[in-house]
Amino acid sequence: MAGTGSSDTIPRDRSAAAGAPPADPSAVFRLRDVWKVYRMGEVEVFALRGVSLELQPGEFVVLLGPSGSGKSTLLNILGGLDQPTRGEVRYRDHVLAAADERELTRFRREHVGFVFQFFNLIPSLTALENVELATEISEHPLPPREALELVGLHERLDHFPAQMSGGEQQRVAIARAVAKRPEVLLCDEPTGSLDFATGKLVLEALEGINRELRTLTVVITHNAAIAAMGDRVLRMGSGAIVGEQRNPVKLAPAALSW
Amino acid sequence: MAVLDRKLGRDARALLGQLIAVALVVACGIATWVTMRGAYASLLLTRNAYYREYRFADIFCPLKRAPDALAARIAHWPGVTAVEARVVEDVNLSVPGLAEPATARLISLPAQGAPRLNALYLRAGRLPEPGRADEVAASEAFAAANQLRPGASLAAVLHGKWQSLRVTGIVLSPEYVYEIRGGDIFPDNRRFAVLWMRRPALAAAFRMEGAFNDLSLALAPGVAPQPVIARLDRQLEPWGGLGAYARADQISNRFLSDEIAQDRVTGTWVPLIFLAVAALLVDMVLTRLVLMQRGQIAILKAFGYGNGAVAAHYVKLALLPALGGTALGIGVGAWFAHGLTRIYAGFFRLPLLRFRLEPAALLLAAGIGLAAGAVGALLAVRGAVALAPAEAMRPEAPAGFRPGLLERLGLAGWLPLNARMVARNLQRRPGKSALNLLAVASAAALLVVCGYFLDAVNYFIALQFQQVQREDVTVSFERPLSAAAVHDLFHLPGVGRVEPFRAVPVRLRFAHRDYRTVLLGQAAGGEMRRVFDANRRVLPLPGSGLLLGDALAERLGVHTGDVVSVEVLEGRRPVWRERVARTVYEMLGMRATMDSAALGRRLGEPGVASGAYLKVDARAAPALYAQLKRNPVINAVTVPAVELAGFRETMAQSLWISTFVLGLFAAIIAVGVIYNGGRIALSERGRELASLRVLGFTRAEVTRLLLGEQALLTAAAVPLGWLAGFGWCALLVLTLRNDTFRLPLVVSRATLAFAAAVVAAAAAASALFLRSRIRHLDLIEVLKSRE
Ligand SMILES: Nc1ncnc2c1ncn2[C@@H]1O[C@H](COP(=O)(O)OP(=O)(O)OP(=O)(O)O)[C@@H](O)[C@H]1O
Ligand SMILES: [Mg+2]
Repeated sequence: MAGTGSSDTIPRDRSAAAGAPPADPSAVFRLRDVWKVYRMGEVEVFALRGVSLELQPGEFVVLLGPSGSGKSTLLNILGGLDQPTRGEVRYRDHVLAAADERELTRFRREHVGFVFQFFNLIPSLTALENVELATEISEHPLPPREALELVGLHERLDHFPAQMSGGEQQRVAIARAVAKRPEVLLCDEPTGSLDFATGKLVLEALEGINRELRTLTVVITHNAAIAAMGDRVLRMGSGAIVGEQRNPVKLAPAALSW
Repeated sequence: MAVLDRKLGRDARALLGQLIAVALVVACGIATWVTMRGAYASLLLTRNAYYREYRFADIFCPLKRAPDALAARIAHWPGVTAVEARVVEDVNLSVPGLAEPATARLISLPAQGAPRLNALYLRAGRLPEPGRADEVAASEAFAAANQLRPGASLAAVLHGKWQSLRVTGIVLSPEYVYEIRGGDIFPDNRRFAVLWMRRPALAAAFRMEGAFNDLSLALAPGVAPQPVIARLDRQLEPWGGLGAYARADQISNRFLSDEIAQDRVTGTWVPLIFLAVAALLVDMVLTRLVLMQRGQIAILKAFGYGNGAVAAHYVKLALLPALGGTALGIGVGAWFAHGLTRIYAGFFRLPLLRFRLEPAALLLAAGIGLAAGAVGALLAVRGAVALAPAEAMRPEAPAGFRPGLLERLGLAGWLPLNARMVARNLQRRPGKSALNLLAVASAAALLVVCGYFLDAVNYFIALQFQQVQREDVTVSFERPLSAAAVHDLFHLPGVGRVEPFRAVPVRLRFAHRDYRTVLLGQAAGGEMRRVFDANRRVLPLPGSGLLLGDALAERLGVHTGDVVSVEVLEGRRPVWRERVARTVYEMLGMRATMDSAALGRRLGEPGVASGAYLKVDARAAPALYAQLKRNPVINAVTVPAVELAGFRETMAQSLWISTFVLGLFAAIIAVGVIYNGGRIALSERGRELASLRVLGFTRAEVTRLLLGEQALLTAAAVPLGWLAGFGWCALLVLTLRNDTFRLPLVVSRATLAFAAAVVAAAAAASALFLRSRIRHLDLIEVLKSRE
C-alpha cells in the first residue's frame, strides 16, 4: 500500500528475541539486524534485510552474491559512506548508525581505506601525489613510496593516471587506500575491470597488505574463484547473508585460476 | 524522436538552474538593448510629434527693433509658410519666497488667441486675457520649482519700475523644453522664468508698439534654412539683427537633440556590448553543457541516430533558454523602455508621450538571442558528432594530464597538493580556462562601463565647479557698463573680490565653416575663471589671440596659429580677424575666450563689462541678494552652488536611473556566468570530489578545493575586466562627443572597486550554491558509475 512506513514493514529486532550469540569484544565491526530500505516514490526496495555480522581484526573476508543482492550496500555501510535504515552498526566502540556526517567523515579518514572497481584516482595528480593525498590527512601514514612498493609499484611514480594501465591504476588506488594505515580495507569489485593477469597482480597486492599490515580486508567479487584466498567467505542473496564458510587453508592469489 | 524529446524534458529539468542562468543572461542582454533603443526611439518620436503639433519654428531671429510691416513682408518670401513677430525682453524678477533675484524672459502672445508658431500647451489655468496688462502665463518648470499655481503673484521690473504680475496659467512650449538662460550651462528653474504676456501690454512697457524684436519663421517642407537665414541677416541688419539661426542652433532644441543623440549612441553601443557579451556567454555555457553529454551523444550515434537528429536535439535544448531569455528580455525591456521614456518625458516636461518599439530592433534582438543559443549548441554538437562513437564514449581529452609547465619549472614540489590540482586543471585545457576567464572579465567590464557614467559626471562637477568656475556669484548687467559700475559692486554687502568680464554674441568663421557662440573677455591675471590644457593644467590667459575649446576648434577645423574671422552680432557689429592662440580643454559648451582688454580694444569699448564674477562672504549673501534684486542694472544673478544643486537634481537623477538599470543587468550577467562556470566545474569534477570525500576529506576541504579554482579564475578575471572596461569607456568617449557635452575618460577607483565587489558578490553567491550542491553530493552514486 502506498505510504506504508518502513518501520511497519521491517520486523522488530529478531536477534534480541532469538538470543543472538554474545558479542565478541575483539571484533572490529559488529552489525545487528541491519536493514536498508530505498524508497522510490511508492515502491520500496529492500537492499538489506536484517544483516547481522561480526568482522575480526586481520581477517580477509570475501563477499559473494548475485547482482543486486546488497553487497555494495553492506560495504558502503561498513565504510561509513551510507547509513542503515534500521539496526546497529558498531565499529569498535563507535556507533556508526547514529553518527552524523562529520563523525562519519572522520571515521573514514582515520580508519577506512576504499578501493572501487573504477579506480577513482584524481586525474590531475600523479601516482605518488594520489597517495600523498591520503597521507596528508592522516596521523601516522606509511611513507607514500613504501605504500606504492607494497603494491609492487617501484617506478612510474610521476605518471598521471591517464598514462598508466588499468592494473597500475588500481594498484595506485590500493596504495592510496592503505597508505594511511587503515584498520579496514574495503574493496568493491577491485578486479572487475581488469583482465586475468592484471587482476591477479591486484589480488596479490591485497593479500600482501592483509598479511603484512594485518588489515581487516573485505573484498566484493563476482568471481567465485577468488573466494579461495579468503579466511572467510560470506554469500549474500536478496539482502541477507545466506551462507558463510571458513577456509581452513587460504590459497595464494598465484594459485587461483578462473 | 518521442523518446529523445522526453530526454530533452528530463535534461532540461536536471539542468534547470543552469538553463535559468543562461536565460537570465540572454534576457539581460536583450532587455538592455530593448530598453535603450526603445527609450531612444520613443523620445525621438515624442519630440518630433511635440514640435509638429505645437508648430515649433524653423528659424529664429533676435533683433533690436523692426516695424511689424517688415514681418508681414517676410511672410511672403518663397519657402516661408508662417512668421511670428514677437516682443521678447529679459527682466529682473522677484519671486515670493526666493532670496536671490531671478530673471524672467517675457515673451509676447498675440493680442488675441494663440501664437501661429511655438504654440503653448496649457497645463493648468488659462492664458492671459486680451487687454489685461498684469496677467502672465508661466513656464511649468519655473512654476514647479517655485511651487507657483495659477493665481500666484510675481513682481518684475518693467522698464525701470517694479510691477506686479499675476500668474493665470501654467504652460509648456516647444521652444523651452530646456529653460536655460543665455550664458548658463544648466537650467536653473528657480531663478529663470519664461513668462508669456499679451503683446499690447508688453509692447507698451518697452515702447515697442507696432514693432517687434524677435522673429520666428516656419519653412515649407524641404526648404533649406541656410539661404533664408542669409537673406534674413541681410534684411534685418539695419534693424539691429543679432543673427538668425536655424532650429539646429536653437539652444533648447540643441540640448534636447544632443541628449537624444547621446541616447542613440548609448542606446546602441552600450546594449550591443551587453548583447555581444551575453551571446558569447551563452555560447560558452551551452558548449560546455553539451560537451558534458559526449558519452550520451556517442551512445545515441551508436544506436543509429543520425548526426542531424542528434544536433537537432541539442539545438532544441539550447533554444529553450534562448527563447525564454529572449521573451523575458523583450518583455522586461519594453516595460523598462516605457518607464525610461516616461522619466525622460517628465525630465523634459514634454506634454505628450509617444511610445514605440522599433520592430527591426526587436527582430534583431530576438535574432541575436536565438542565434547565440543555436550557434553555441551547434558548435558544441559539431565537435561531438564528428567523433566516432567509440571515441566519444571515452571521456573528453583522453590523453589527460601530462607533465606541464609546473613540472618543467620544478614548481610542483613547492605547491600543496590541492594547489597542484587547481593549477593542473587550469593548464590542462588552457582554451577553456581562458574562455571562462574572458566571460567573467566581460561581466566585470560591463560593470565598469556602468560606473563610468557616474564617474564622468562627478569628474565634470569637480572640474567645472571647483576648477573652472571659482566665483560665488556671477552678475550680468542689463547692458554693457563702464568700469565705474563694476566698481560699485565692491560696495555691496559681503563682496570680497570682483572680476569683470565681457561677453558678446559672435559668429566665428574659418574657411567655409562658421559657428555662433559667445566670446568671453576675461581679465588678465583673473582667478575666478580658469582655462585648462588637455592635461588639466591651468593655462595663463594670453595677451592677444583667441582661446578655443577643443570641440569648437574641431568643429571649425582650426588649429593653433590659424586666423579666424570674428563677427560680433550686437552693437556696432565689428568684424575682425583674430589668431587662435591655442585650444583649451572644455567638457561643456563651445565657447571662445580672450583677454578682456584686447577684446575691449577690438570692440572699441575699452573698460566696458557685461558683468562680473564675485567672491562673497556667505554670511552676507541674503543682504547681497536683496540689494541685487533691487538693482536695476543687474539683469541676472547666477550662483554656481545653486546651479550645481539643480544639476544634481535633474541630470544626475536620470543618469542614476539608467546606471542602476544597466548595473542591475550587468550584475545578473555576472551572477549567471560565474554560477554556470561553477556548476559546470562541479559536474566535471564531481567524481574527483566524491573520491576525495570517500578518502576522508571533509566537505569543507572539498568545497575549498573546488572554490579555490573558481576564486583563482575570478580574481584573475577582475583586473582583466577593468582593462576591458576601460577600453570600452574609451570607445564610448569617442562615440559620445557632441556640442554640449564631452565625456572625460576617467574611471574612478570606486568604479573599479564596484565592479570587483559585484563580481566578488556574484562569486560568493555562486559559491553558496555550490557548497549546498557539494553537501548533497551522492558519493555512492558517483563512484558506482564509470567515468
Ligand atoms: N540509490 C538507490 N536507490 C534505489 N535502490 C537502490 C539504490 N542503490 C541500490 N539500490 C537497490 O538496492 C539493491 C542492492 O544494491 P547493491 O548495489 O547493494 O547490489 P550489489 O549486490 O552490489 O549488486 P552488484 O553486484 O550488481 O554490484 C538493488 O536491488 C538495487 O537496485
Ligand atoms: Mg555492487
